[in-house]
Amino acid sequence: MGGMVIVGAGECGVRAAFTLREEGYEGTVTLVGEEPHLPYERPPLSKNAPPAVKLIAEETRYRDLSIDLLRGTRGQRIDRENRRLVLADGRTLDYDRLLIATGARARRFAGMEKARTLRSVGDADAILSAIGAGTKLVIIGGGFIGLELAATARGLGAEVTVLEAADRLMARAVPAEIAAMFEDRHRQEGVRLRLGAKVEALEEHAVVLADGSRIEADIVVAGIGAEPITGLAADAGLAVDNGIVVDGCLRTADSSIFAAGDCCSFPYRGAPVRLESWRCAQDQGAHAARAMLGCGDSFVRVPWFWSDQYDLGLQVAGLALADRPFLRREVGDGAFVLFQLDGQGRVLSASGVGTGNAVARDISIAEKLIERGIVVAPEVLCDPGTRLKQLLKG
Amino acid sequence: MSQWVEACAVDDVEEEDLIRFDHDGRTFAIYRSPDDEFYATDGLCTHEHVHLADGLVMDHIIECPKHNGRFDYRTGEAKGAPVCVNLRTYPVKVEAGRVLIDLS
Repeated sequence: MGGMVIVGAGECGVRAAFTLREEGYEGTVTLVGEEPHLPYERPPLSKNAPPAVKLIAEETRYRDLSIDLLRGTRGQRIDRENRRLVLADGRTLDYDRLLIATGARARRFAGMEKARTLRSVGDADAILSAIGAGTKLVIIGGGFIGLELAATARGLGAEVTVLEAADRLMARAVPAEIAAMFEDRHRQEGVRLRLGAKVEALEEHAVVLADGSRIEADIVVAGIGAEPITGLAADAGLAVDNGIVVDGCLRTADSSIFAAGDCCSFPYRGAPVRLESWRCAQDQGAHAARAMLGCGDSFVRVPWFWSDQYDLGLQVAGLALADRPFLRREVGDGAFVLFQLDGQGRVLSASGVGTGNAVARDISIAEKLIERGIVVAPEVLCDPGTRLKQLLKG
Repeated sequence: MSQWVEACAVDDVEEEDLIRFDHDGRTFAIYRSPDDEFYATDGLCTHEHVHLADGLVMDHIIECPKHNGRFDYRTGEAKGAPVCVNLRTYPVKVEAGRVLIDLS
């Protein structure tokens, strides 16, 4: 008689395990983690030096909840017919329900073998221990990870160059107006930003660009996105298309197997989406747990992202569409939020930036406006005198 | 032994909102619920020790401004990821338009 097996002990898998217990499930819960450490939070890895491991929960919590945490091993193969997960170390786990929460791995490209990537605590240790005053650090990629690392490294006194292939920073997730604010700030802080930079080759102590320029580097880190870890599902004959394909309940075509977090592609407002989002991993872990127990609800939580660079706090709720205008709302002290409305006037996305947590309340309210599909007039949103919270009260 | 300390005036806290109160090297959060009751908790989220004062109060829930962790501010109970550890709460009384909390 199998129980619940969760493969992947990151944010998503751990929250799933906890939720199974919170929901009253009394059978066995087994959580399989590839890393030797207790499950830890990844977001601090790019933001803090030296890296301090922040555990998701203390070891006693797993014991108290009777969660069997298997560390240092991974799922090797799914025997769907017998509902059995075979582990890399040869052990087997029978399951009633299986959750694949294997996350994503840092993307690499041919020829970048000399570059490091930042995904695990081991990666962070290796990178940050090699950085000090005067270290020449070259970061390939001007997304969240690269820019957070740039800010952290400047704090350590490193000479930092960020190479971004696009014509602006954070192009995937952040409106241009906000990206420009971060660009200015990084330049003020002494980061050398090269936009439209195409990497040609990595040498022993330099990065060579397509325009022929050579940038000296003691250490090169690539932050060029992540790719979902889907092999376990693909080998088992489950559909994979930019992530393990799941329905609204986060279930695969096999009714005993679920997938959630960075590794899955799920329907969001009618289109398949894969998110690399800490909060989404948490939310989907919890949702998948309830689905494994028979709940048929669809996952509808609005995406939410954040980034901290220097003392600037960025928060984004919803997914911005490239073809919708932004409406600017001043929050005070230079902080602002950019809203988007859909064709019916419903709030679609909100992206805010300010010192510290200046935009947190507005973004949190925006998230709820998006979730509830509330229609708001543009002039109301843009009026600093509008109490956004009142919009939730109807 | 009770140790009542005046935190603020009643009107300093809007309905369904909170303010920060610092005292003797410690920091607290003072809440006014939609039903006009006052509550007090430690001021820092138990996840990453960010002050809750920038957070959003909805009904009886305070949402941390940093990572959206949620607590019921009446009981301090952690209500959602990433918070696992409850907030400490303090007794509150209102006298002559002033809000007092017991730090004992």
